[in-house]
Amino acid sequence: MGILSLEGVSQEFGGLLALDEVRLEVEAGKIFGIIGPNGAGKTTLFNIITGIYTPTAGQVIYKEEAINGLPPYELARRGIGRTFQNIRLFNKLSVLDNVKVGFHGVTKAGFFGAILGLPGERREEKSIDSRAHHLLEMVGLDDKRMEYADNLAYGEQRRLEIARALALDPSLLLLDEPAAGMNASEKLSLMSFIREIRDKENLTILLVEHDMNVVMNICDQIAVLDYGRKIADGPPEQVKNDPRVIQSYLGAEA
Amino acid sequence: MDAVLSQYIDAYYLHLMVLIGINIILVLGLNIITGVTGQLSMGHAGFMSIGAYTAAIMSVHLAFPFWASLLAGAAAAAAFGFLLGLPTLRLEGDYLAMVTIGFAEIVRVFFLNFEPGGKAVGLSGIPEHTGFTLVWIMVLLIIVLNAKLLNSRIGRSFYAIRENQIAAEAAGINTTRLKVLAFMVGAGLAGLGGGLYAHYMTYIAPQDFAFMKSIEFLNMVVLGGMGSIPGAILGTIVLTLAPEMLRIVAEYRLLFYGALLVLLMIFRPNGLLGDIRWYDVKKRWFNKGVKTWES
Repeated sequence: MGILSLEGVSQEFGGLLALDEVRLEVEAGKIFGIIGPNGAGKTTLFNIITGIYTPTAGQVIYKEEAINGLPPYELARRGIGRTFQNIRLFNKLSVLDNVKVGFHGVTKAGFFGAILGLPGERREEKSIDSRAHHLLEMVGLDDKRMEYADNLAYGEQRRLEIARALALDPSLLLLDEPAAGMNASEKLSLMSFIREIRDKENLTILLVEHDMNVVMNICDQIAVLDYGRKIADGPPEQVKNDPRVIQSYLGAEA
Repeated sequence: MDAVLSQYIDAYYLHLMVLIGINIILVLGLNIITGVTGQLSMGHAGFMSIGAYTAAIMSVHLAFPFWASLLAGAAAAAAFGFLLGLPTLRLEGDYLAMVTIGFAEIVRVFFLNFEPGGKAVGLSGIPEHTGFTLVWIMVLLIIVLNAKLLNSRIGRSFYAIRENQIAAEAAGINTTRLKVLAFMVGAGLAGLGGGLYAHYMTYIAPQDFAFMKSIEFLNMVVLGGMGSIPGAILGTIVLTLAPEMLRIVAEYRLLFYGALLVLLMIFRPNGLLGDIRWYDVKKRWFNKGVKTWES
């Protein structure tokens, strides 16, 4: 059994069926792509896996436990990190602090530890500091650590979001359109970066992406959604040639 | 100490400095709620009056020692912060503001009818325990603790909630819990300030803690710069002194006070110190030891 599996997950929004009995099986260590036309339910799927929505039916199994209905912060603590389609950084915090906040779920210093400066808290702060620097170096933003997050260029903001998600030391990383708005060379470096973190951090990556070039190049496995239904899944070559996929993307049988 | 000071410093200035100190404690509390965590609270005077009345009643009617009364006042306010925060912090922005205004009004009307608190006449004969020295020792202590809190894991998560709640949740932050914590800490500081105020003025009445008082505190936070400790302090000093300095224009005082607020907000929309970081100051004035990507 994989690290994450969805069993007949449906999501209804007042009569609108955004997801219809979706089944997925994501194996550990793989890069798993989810594609589909606009409004197919990709982001809804992400929001279910990260606990923002509770599915109206079905179960989400992560590391052999049902996780549907758990709040987002709890899922983050269990190792599900994510980025957002519309970048959500802490704009008026420094780049460094953005990453430091990312460690919240895996550290534990409390109120009194902070105001009294207890030794445990100081040790934890030191380790957060060095790990944050390490992450920033990895995404190439260490020299901008004191900039405000909203002063970064677009591509840098995307990388910062990934660094913040990696601070949780996740087992599963969800990337919502990581290549959106990037130019060709940025996309290339993004692809090698995604592969690199997968190998280095021992991650499973689930990504939603519109750019077929990116998806076909880095994904080991792809699922295709259309109108809330999964219409195909498999390795890129197979999905690419699936007649249902071609129909939903091009609108007519070839 | 206070006796020595009063020989050298005019009683009026000493009085102003004590008021500034008490206000700084209160405003640092509101700064945590509104400036740092981004939860618009317009009922800070309500928490202040809970602290003031609790401390005063314990001192006057129950003859508790000053310190015990003071701490009880802070604890009572924090407890109400918790009780109010738990059900309401799911609300955002304007809605939360409405609830906090309502809360402060309920508190005011309650004390207006509360026999041990002297009803509308107020409570007098509170033993005078607070002076310049005590207030400013407390202020310094609270500034240090505040800075420590805001530089910690908890403080960072407060800022994160203000900046983007959904992203904060995704980083493993239990936002409801931390918002309630911020509310409790802020309310507790308001209660502490209230207790100090009661034991300084020796007389309190419900109208001391009316709606305009809450607005004044909010002004100080916003004018100083949301979430900045030096900003909160500067905002408090400016807005505590402004009405006093403006005595020269007599009946136009409030007009000038309002104009001052408008002008400051036009020229410093992020508050006096809201967008100034110690890091930037160092970079600009000392220009050494700080390496940036631009250099």
